[in-house]
Amino acid sequence: MTSPSTLENGFPSANTRLALYRDMLRVRLVEEEIIKRYGEQEMRCPTHICIGQEAAPAGVSTHLRREDEVYSAHRSHGHYLSKGASLKGMIAELYGRETGCALGMGGSQHLIDLDAGFMGSAPILASTISVGVGSAWTAKRRGHDKVIVIYFGDGATEEGAFHEAANFAGVNKLPVVFVCENNLYSVHTPLEIRQPNRKISELAGMHGVRGLIGDGNDVDAVWRLAEVAIQDARNGNGPSLIELATYRWKEHCGPNEDQNLGYRSDEEMAEWVEKCPLARYEKILVEENQLSEAIITKFHLEIAQEIDEAFDFAKSSAYPKPEMLSRFVYPEMRESS
Amino acid sequence: MSEKRIIKYYEAIREAHAESLSQDPSVYVIGLGVPSPTGIFGTTKGLVDEFGDDRVLDMPASEGGMTGVALGSAIAGERPVMVHMRVDFAVLSMETLVNQAAKWHYMYGGKMRAPLTIRMIIGRGWGQGPQHSQSLQAWFAHVPGLKVVMPATASDAKGMLMAAVEDDAPVIVFEHRWLYGISGEVPEGRHVTSLEGAKVMRSGKDVTLAGFSYMSLENMRAAEMLADLGIDAEVIDMRSLTPIDTTTVVNSVQKTGRLIVADTAHTEFGATAEVVASVVEQGFEALKKPPVRVGLPYVPTPTTPALADLYYPRAIDIARAALKLSDNDQTIEDTPPVTPWRDVPDPSFTGPY
Ligand SMILES: Cc1ncc(C[n+]2csc(CCOP(=O)(O)OP(=O)(O)O)c2C)c(N)n1
Ligand SMILES: [Mg+2]
Repeated sequence: MTSPSTLENGFPSANTRLALYRDMLRVRLVEEEIIKRYGEQEMRCPTHICIGQEAAPAGVSTHLRREDEVYSAHRSHGHYLSKGASLKGMIAELYGRETGCALGMGGSQHLIDLDAGFMGSAPILASTISVGVGSAWTAKRRGHDKVIVIYFGDGATEEGAFHEAANFAGVNKLPVVFVCENNLYSVHTPLEIRQPNRKISELAGMHGVRGLIGDGNDVDAVWRLAEVAIQDARNGNGPSLIELATYRWKEHCGPNEDQNLGYRSDEEMAEWVEKCPLARYEKILVEENQLSEAIITKFHLEIAQEIDEAFDFAKSSAYPKPEMLSRFVYPEMRESS
Repeated sequence: MSEKRIIKYYEAIREAHAESLSQDPSVYVIGLGVPSPTGIFGTTKGLVDEFGDDRVLDMPASEGGMTGVALGSAIAGERPVMVHMRVDFAVLSMETLVNQAAKWHYMYGGKMRAPLTIRMIIGRGWGQGPQHSQSLQAWFAHVPGLKVVMPATASDAKGMLMAAVEDDAPVIVFEHRWLYGISGEVPEGRHVTSLEGAKVMRSGKDVTLAGFSYMSLENMRAAEMLADLGIDAEVIDMRSLTPIDTTTVVNSVQKTGRLIVADTAHTEFGATAEVVASVVEQGFEALKKPPVRVGLPYVPTPTTPALADLYYPRAIDIARAALKLSDNDQTIEDTPPVTPWRDVPDPSFTGPY
């Protein structure tokens, strides 16, 4: 299979780069606000923060159309927001309110925004991978022109369901892009005691899926890889898997740091903070005169206001009414005696 | 030796692991996060330092395949203990447990044994929601060949886990996350309590409150509320689902004539139904009133605390049911929660787990 030249050396246009920067900044600021307010104990659900991993969804999502679909897992805030899903809906969901994107039923681990093509996230490892493949299969059977992107972590690739889904996508040349954010850990367990010394992207080829790999903290690189993979999927050339090297900054679940646990070294953390996808990009864009202090300030102000509005919206929304408890379950509930 | 030794439920589990590991070199403990610094909510914390990383092991996120690996090693002579932080993750291993482990001894004419122990933790609270809080014990109890137990006290947390490891059958130990902080008397050293047999936690003559796991605690609280109103409840901790001890319940109902059975799961097709059916079969004449089942409504767990607070039955619901069952028209005032929501076991719990 030939690869478009962009794979080697293309760069996004100046406008796209600004959008990529703004997108990553927005996810970062949203996560920081969640962290700041989590201790108020009003967001009462397990919450997986994606700070440090903002480049993947930004670089992928710029190539996606609204009708393209995204599936995700537990660490999904960035995937959701970058696809253009509702910030208000997400924050209200974390607050357990009736205006939440899942009406408060799901919390942070079950985000959804169908209008934006964010089809759902679920925390059981690898579970949404085959679900997304099923949607891609349907798109192909029905001749729908859409691409399905499925995000997951390195840990999820250890589940059989991942391999079964990839195999099916490969044999049927489905319009799907698997995006594996390899942040080197599954909770506190390092990759090297869970998987042999080979790349996750190398697994793809054996399943008839094109394997790509790159720096998940370099949003230009992500953008390039995603362009290839998404074009292929769109043009009927079959599925790809993009492995993106990245790193989680916060504890596995929750708002805190976890360096005190000692499962990863301060040096390792410092190295990755050095490779911050946002700071790195900001520096490059400023150096290349594509981003000014004035624009940075403007973005910060705009986003801060949007975030304020989202939290105000969430906190002023009502909780679901008691009758909602049994509203959406089959078989439909009768009036109880 | 009369000095009582009080430890917490989670510490009791840890002791059981440590004791089993030191008494039998064929025992190992494996599961996602088992040797991690937080050690499965403290239950495996530090074991790796004591027993080494070839006996206290992490594993790939491959619950299905790894259960088969554990089964194979059990057949080959080891005594694996596998731990799942949530029941909901363990369902990925259903094939191996249901088709293979449960039947291995039987289908090869008793020539093989699979002494496998699986710990599964039931989550609750702080928005654990639809995929992190299920109580699926009845699924496993429905499969002949598995022993399914639910320790509700610190003593049983240690004693039943140690018994499970020593037992030649595949044993599934369900632990409720809200039991982890309770304390009780637990002997040092090897401590084994039977994998079968219900236990009378409080004797009484007016109404029988039988319960599984965390609901035994709620039953005890309900019994206190009822005592204030002059009703003397007998509380029975069921302890295990298979084998299920209905004799103890029938004997109690002979005395009280009234039965409430509470489980952490949905009542539909669950363990409460099994208890009620057995009592009806074996002690029908003793029943003065139709038995009552207490469990979760037949809907998935909602994440928002506003609905989760309505979802879980509490001691007061059991006590009120007992009043009604006793044709007693006294009322019990509910006390407001000490935390903003009732989605934490105690105020020290501030999320996310
Ligand atoms: C089937 C299953 N097993 C275990 C878990 C518990 N769990 C939740 S997230 C996680 C780590 C997953 O690591 P990875 O896929 O690399 O994603 P990351 O958290 O690093 O983003 C684990 C083990 C789960 N949710 N589902
Ligand atoms: Mg990971």
